[in-house]
Amino acid sequence: MRKVSRLSRFNIASLALGLAFLYLPILILVIYSFNASRLVTVWGGWSLRWYHEFFNDRAMIEAAWMSLRVAVSSATIATLLGTLAAVTLSRGERFRGRTLFSGMLYAPLVMPEVITGLSLLLLFVALNAERGFWTVTIAHTTLTMCFVAVVVQSRLGSLDRSLEEAAMDLGCNPVRAFVAVTLPLIAPAIVAGWMLAFTLSLDDLVIASFTTGPGSATLPIRIYSEVRLGVKPEINAICTLVIALIAVVIVIASLASKLSSSQGESAAPL
Amino acid sequence: MTDELPKIDAGGDALPAAGQPLLRIEGVAKTFGTFRAVDGVSLDIKAGEFFALLGPSGCGKTTLLRMLAGFEAPDEGRILLGGRDIAQALPHERPINMMFQNYALFPHLSVRDNIAFGLKRAGMARGDIATRVAEMIALVKLEGLEKRKPDQLSGGQRQRVALARALARRPQLLLLDEPLAALDKKLRESTQGELMELQRRLGMTFIIVTHDQEEAMTMASRIGVMKAGKLAQVASPRELYEAPRSRWIAEFVGDINLFDGESKLRDGHRLIIGTRDAGALVVAEPREGVGAGKLAVAIRPEKVKLSRRGPVSVAGRETAINSLDGVVADICYLGGTTTYKVKLDAGGIVQASVPNSARLDVDAYSLNQHVVAWFTPDDCVVLQS
Repeated sequence: MRKVSRLSRFNIASLALGLAFLYLPILILVIYSFNASRLVTVWGGWSLRWYHEFFNDRAMIEAAWMSLRVAVSSATIATLLGTLAAVTLSRGERFRGRTLFSGMLYAPLVMPEVITGLSLLLLFVALNAERGFWTVTIAHTTLTMCFVAVVVQSRLGSLDRSLEEAAMDLGCNPVRAFVAVTLPLIAPAIVAGWMLAFTLSLDDLVIASFTTGPGSATLPIRIYSEVRLGVKPEINAICTLVIALIAVVIVIASLASKLSSSQGESAAPL
Repeated sequence: MTDELPKIDAGGDALPAAGQPLLRIEGVAKTFGTFRAVDGVSLDIKAGEFFALLGPSGCGKTTLLRMLAGFEAPDEGRILLGGRDIAQALPHERPINMMFQNYALFPHLSVRDNIAFGLKRAGMARGDIATRVAEMIALVKLEGLEKRKPDQLSGGQRQRVALARALARRPQLLLLDEPLAALDKKLRESTQGELMELQRRLGMTFIIVTHDQEEAMTMASRIGVMKAGKLAQVASPRELYEAPRSRWIAEFVGDINLFDGESKLRDGHRLIIGTRDAGALVVAEPREGVGAGKLAVAIRPEKVKLSRRGPVSVAGRETAINSLDGVVADICYLGGTTTYKVKLDAGGIVQASVPNSARLDVDAYSLNQHVVAWFTPDDCVVLQS
């Protein structure tokens, strides 16, 4: 055991390099968010000044609030739709065009965001929909529901079908069997799917900038437009807060999916 | 659904009138795509029977069981339970419960909640559920494990929970899909005994699906052997073993020696059959419908006796005995018995299973020893080849 866990010098070096490659920029951003200096690149000592600035910046706070609302509502709708799609694909009768349907469901996973955003914009314009909170929410739902479907479907695939049959045998109609047995067993995957959708929506710049309207900028859009005029240290503070939020969500999501897979082992046939 | 739960305590009153079968399967067929999984099966099951569906994998026995449980709907035929056609009823509408091959215990529920699951669905009162669950836990001897989750149980314990859960609703009919396949040999044998005991005590009707003929023989009062979607023979274990109806069944159930030949001479109740591999054999008159054309003589290995110098004389009956000269070609020691393969002078090979009735091997035969294999006409079964 001890031998396995001991890393060679090469391992340590490559691990350190890899982590540095991934996290050094973020680390620098986090450190500079506590910079007292007005200039982004000059260190002027520790301070919470820029956080203070951010909390007094109405426009920025509004953008953050908008992003949060969009993320929560689009993640919720996407989770509902994605779960239904996953259940239909893995549990429903084999219907004509099923392969096509599942292929089309997963297409947004690989579709360039610019195309998704542009096509949605054209749709909203054609429908004469007022662009704002709801158009961004719908667009983000389109983007994230396929991620939810993938997560939930893989969990359903590993679930023993005879569990549902046993529930039906013991007096449940198919809907009750699903609610009483399947739903509790796929719940961790649904939670993980929601978290994933939430973070994806929170991050998104491209689709949001296509589908949003005047006066309803999301946080990434707002940050991006500020940065074009020159990076203010306040941006660093905002980004640090976003990183913290996403880190928390990702930790919860991975804990949920870990719980899900450990239950899956016990659910597996002997 | 509540009213469909049989209100019986020990399988007594909710059963159909005497003489009526509990379950009647009439010409049931099921096709998957182009594969005819079950091909016109008709069968009556009496109340209180322990019936086994036996067959190799892919013979349609599991599909038939799933149609009884309601997981598959038959394409043709009727399934009558107590006179009511349930062929198209959904699983939860049938007073039938099933024990699944992999047990299908709900991993997120404790032992107690697993057993109570079906009772809650039936709308039973809380207090009654608690009583019934305790009763079931005592019945399958799981006291003290009520709060455990399925993944904290051993294979044998899980099997018991599955059994208790299926029995808790007191179904009119309990279906068991390979219930012992996941257990090791010792546990399997003791569980067989417990299942039989339980079935007798509850007076319930059990239908078990198995590919293990020993298991079917041990437990069932009647066995239906399935082959390619059809019932090949329905008989008691003894009849199945001693009077198989076809060559395929004779070979599928237990070991057997088969000698192909043709009928030569009929002599009262005896028939003489000329075989290629064992010469002329005298056999008892076969059952009606068998006797013309190509035939096969079948003898179980334990019916074949060996001796050093010809058959031990049975007063006055010696002429009726088949005795075949040969040489011991192979010896297989199995503990309780030894199986000898004897190469006959006539060309064939006959297997003889000899009980090891003495500890010291004074009776044992050695390789290449000349022996006489003999058996009586009544020990032979004549089959259409």
